[in-house]
Amino acid sequence: MYEFDFERPTSVADAVAALGTEEAQALGGGQTLIPTMKQRLAMPAKLVSLTGIAEMQGVRRNDAGELCIGGGTTHATVAREARDAYPALADLASHIGDPAVRNRGTIGGSLANNDPSACYPAAVLGSGATVVTSNREIAADDFFEGMFTTALEDGEIITEVRFPVPEAANYQKFEQPASRFALVGVFVARFSGGVRVAVTGAAEEGVFRWHEAEKALSSDFGPGAVEGLSVSADGMIADLHGSAAYRAHLVGVLTKRAVAAAAG
Amino acid sequence: MPKDGGIGAASKRREDVRFLTGTGNYTDDINIRGQAYVHFLRSDVAHGRIEKLDTAQAAAMPGVVRIFTGADFEDVGGLPCGWQVTDKHGAPMQEPGHPVLAQGKVRHVGDPIAAVVADTPEQARDAAEAIIYDIAELPAVVDMKAALDPGAPKVHDELESNLCYDWGFVEENKPAVDAAFEKAAHVTTLELVNNRLIANPMEPRVAVGDYARSTDESTLFTTSQNPHVIRLLMGAFVLGIPEHKLRVVAPDVGGGFGTKIFHYAEEAFCTFAARALARPVKWTSSRSEAFMSDAHGRDHVTRIELALDADNNFVALRTDTLANMGAYLSTFAPSVPTWLHGTLMAGNYKTPLIHVNVRAVFTNTVPVDAYRGAGRPEATYQLERVIDKAAIELGVDPIALRRQNFVTEFPYETPVAVTYDTGDYNATMDKLEEIADLSGFDARRKESAKRGKLRGLGVNTYIEACGIAPSNLVGQLGARAGLYESATVRVNATGSISVMTGSHSHGQGHETAFPQVVADMLGIDESMIEIVHGDTARGPMGMGTYGSRSLAVGGSAMVRATEKVINKARKIAAHLMEASEADIELKDGQFTVAGTDKSVAWGDVTLAAYVPHNYPLDEIEPGLEETAFYDPSNFTYPAGAYACEVEVDPETGKVTIERFAAADDFGNVVNPMIVEGQVHGGLGQGIGQALLEGCTYDENGQLITGSYMDYAMPRADDVPFYQVDHSCQTPCTHNPLGVKGCGEAGAIGSPPAVVNAVVDALRSGGHDITHIDMPLSPSRVWTAMQG
Amino acid sequence: MPRVTMTVNGKPVSGEVEGRRLLVQFLREDLDLTGTHVGCDTSQCGACVVHVDGHAVKACTMFAAEAEGADVTTIEGIAAPDGTLNAIQQAFQDHHGLQCGFCTPGMVMSAAALLAENPKPSEAEVRDYLEGNICRCTGYHNIVKAIMAASGQDVNAIAAE
Repeated sequence: MYEFDFERPTSVADAVAALGTEEAQALGGGQTLIPTMKQRLAMPAKLVSLTGIAEMQGVRRNDAGELCIGGGTTHATVAREARDAYPALADLASHIGDPAVRNRGTIGGSLANNDPSACYPAAVLGSGATVVTSNREIAADDFFEGMFTTALEDGEIITEVRFPVPEAANYQKFEQPASRFALVGVFVARFSGGVRVAVTGAAEEGVFRWHEAEKALSSDFGPGAVEGLSVSADGMIADLHGSAAYRAHLVGVLTKRAVAAAAG
Repeated sequence: MPKDGGIGAASKRREDVRFLTGTGNYTDDINIRGQAYVHFLRSDVAHGRIEKLDTAQAAAMPGVVRIFTGADFEDVGGLPCGWQVTDKHGAPMQEPGHPVLAQGKVRHVGDPIAAVVADTPEQARDAAEAIIYDIAELPAVVDMKAALDPGAPKVHDELESNLCYDWGFVEENKPAVDAAFEKAAHVTTLELVNNRLIANPMEPRVAVGDYARSTDESTLFTTSQNPHVIRLLMGAFVLGIPEHKLRVVAPDVGGGFGTKIFHYAEEAFCTFAARALARPVKWTSSRSEAFMSDAHGRDHVTRIELALDADNNFVALRTDTLANMGAYLSTFAPSVPTWLHGTLMAGNYKTPLIHVNVRAVFTNTVPVDAYRGAGRPEATYQLERVIDKAAIELGVDPIALRRQNFVTEFPYETPVAVTYDTGDYNATMDKLEEIADLSGFDARRKESAKRGKLRGLGVNTYIEACGIAPSNLVGQLGARAGLYESATVRVNATGSISVMTGSHSHGQGHETAFPQVVADMLGIDESMIEIVHGDTARGPMGMGTYGSRSLAVGGSAMVRATEKVINKARKIAAHLMEASEADIELKDGQFTVAGTDKSVAWGDVTLAAYVPHNYPLDEIEPGLEETAFYDPSNFTYPAGAYACEVEVDPETGKVTIERFAAADDFGNVVNPMIVEGQVHGGLGQGIGQALLEGCTYDENGQLITGSYMDYAMPRADDVPFYQVDHSCQTPCTHNPLGVKGCGEAGAIGSPPAVVNAVVDALRSGGHDITHIDMPLSPSRVWTAMQG
Repeated sequence: MPRVTMTVNGKPVSGEVEGRRLLVQFLREDLDLTGTHVGCDTSQCGACVVHVDGHAVKACTMFAAEAEGADVTTIEGIAAPDGTLNAIQQAFQDHHGLQCGFCTPGMVMSAAALLAENPKPSEAEVRDYLEGNICRCTGYHNIVKAIMAASGQDVNAIAAE
């Protein structure tokens, strides 16, 4: 990879300052960025590691009852520490990548990257979570702006993600056989005010909400409610691992399964 | 009772200790003081003419030692091909040149254009990016059928076409085969693809070249299955270095599976550059680079037809195959779809008339060569798939149809030019039915149905030809090498032994299993024997490890050399005990005189050989070291029967392997633990081919599956525990150990079992499906179910 | 160049590293601990797994500078000082859980992390945990068996003949 300067600040303020220079880039767990840099597809002049910032670590409940996860918290930590408070989220985290990847990869890094096949975007959008950054709060519905694109500005760091905890939820991932990323992943969450369904892996524009299913499930939260519903194959990813029609079909299958698991 | 040593014992592997403690010595672990690093600038287009190649600016970059291009290699040879196939008209195959670095044209993505040698790997890569070049892209030839169109662009301008050869086998039988089809009661036809694979040993290739100006000696450390072969090919054909000035070392090698047989450009480059620069030069492949520079495997497209009479006897078989050679002829590429494939088309069956036609085709893709099984998996897959399809069409039990047509009398001369010396295909099928619990399948299918899953059963047999090969025979067939093996048994004065073998161990456990044989013959402890391999400076010329040949050929050479040692030791013992040589017996490490209580120990005899004070110097020389070269008189023919049970999720198309059983006949077995491990590994790769793996190019010759992100490697959760059995043993009749070889069986026998099982599962769900091409990914299976 | 200091296999070590120096390069090239291997460049094969502060990580996907102050254990550091294999290493030998040996260091380090988290894993749990460790030789059968044996479970019944 290309040479770069490396900094490992211990506070968000220092990190923001370090990121203020030209061609500086934040480094979360590096599980996507480092392989990208090895291919010389990214060439930051400076990498600012966020792994040394204690205030961005950990899982807690706030006064509003939200589950708050520090932006630098690893998937393994979420899998372990969110288990009681938000089992569906912990379960999702426990199936990202592999154990060694989960020990380094972070929620903030995953969300900032917004890989169209990543799992966390489905949980964040499906939960209606709030992404807290170094200078503002962004609602999940406003955060994801398409494949590898988010509302984040240059130098803006995800410091925390606040998840409202649903009454019931489940995430179903159908793995792409090689990468083990989601070929399609569906996150279903039932709140007192309604149901949210978020789909990852399937669409060229990245994670999206399946409003039709949400509406049906909000009035009848059972697998039967989505029987017969389908998403359009238009805009779905088509590649070696599955056609657009196949992905659209899987959205229906996985939604049904997620609802059955959440309702069960 | 399990033995605790010698032949038949599950001796624990001694090599494991270094691998388990991180103290192995793989090629990338070798660093020579002062070494420089090479980075290859590789073509990013599949086909093009190099219009401009300007290295001046790059050469001035920090740390750059020198930049080499094709022009630097104009005075040396190209990479040679080791097998010349003669086509059905008697003409030799078309054989293009294969330069070390591209000259004039690039012919596949990954073709090396230039090589930058620098002080560090990053400097080399930085400079490679600074090379200014211009490639005028030409239309790429990717699809084999299109490559044979009269107007197709040519991969090699100097050749007449993209057809390497058109091979018919056995060509004289063609009219009789065609006539049998005319008269057949039933003909089953199947068109199928044997998917292109990438071997993917976990250790990427590495080469370190070194040169000593003081002695004019070159050394190459390389990840090879056959260092002597590399020395011969590279020394004699590419660089013009005589053997005594060239040493090739293949230390611990992290898996091969065929793809580390071949002589590669990077090996020649590092050796050449080290001489040119008088400085060690190292290349370590990244995995991404491996995908576009390691030889690929398989990649056949076949139409197969099976003719049956009214009683369901196989009466004739006819195939028409296109085999991809890629852009250049890799070392043994021409032999794979021909002699390693056509000769196995009889399978386990007494089909009297067979004709095989193979057209080998050049395309703008990475060269294709042997991968675990090499030709035999392709033969087995076609045959065992078409038989299952015939059983469906005829409404008969697929196992019964197979049994009815088994070869049952041996030796059996096939209509495709080989003679099976021994076997018992009903025995392995009986054993399979037992270990696979086939009688319990219906109950398991019902249980799966309760969970909404479609369960299927697939059964097939396989036969392979191993232990390549009688040199005089393969010479007639076009091999440009002999295929014997060598061993030197060096007995030291205190009785310990070093065995220098030409076989190479890169996972097979030779360091453990080979001593078991010698220990058994001498009656001494295995720990007194060490195996030396992988270094042309330490052992006699040897041909290396591939085609499941190490024990059958290399082990036989070792037996012959040990027999010579025993013969000489008996003379020494007779002298020491003042007895007749004819009365000397060797048992448990003691020489005794028959009918007396006289004895001398092994160590006394070996000491006498090196301290010959009381010694028959007038009859024999001092010392105790013998060499043997063993050239087999036939191939060996391992065979077996495999069963796979799958569940298919009808909603997603996902296939899971629920059970897999393998009943193999490997003849005698030296170390059953290692044999089972070899079968397990083969099954993993065969299941990988059937469900997961497939190398894919787009229409422009860009490699779509260029990393593990898209090329699906089998993981632990893709496979089950396997039931394996090797208790059916019909020992090979023509080698001294009675062994047949076990390294490739699993990869050969398993793909059809998986596909047969998936087809069975889908049919049980009411889908009128008779074939799906591998890999049976969820999307392919789901798409097939949509009709 | 910045200096990095860490503990590797119980010994304090330090060295000057460029920012881009990966932990695996630091281990293999600077410390000559060549037991940790590199089998891919997409963070998937797991041949490079080591423990950092007790957690399994891919040493090819972590910069050396990020291990500042960390306690790192590699395959070279898990046998007893006299060379006696630990329970996992011994089980791999006893059950033929390795062939070419290239993936083995990563497998053993992942297995050690698994058993630290889950002392008696089921077959499915072992297979799931090895998602990030690719072996091309063994078909995984004997690896899974060895790990279950190392956890003290009776594996004699597995695929009995």
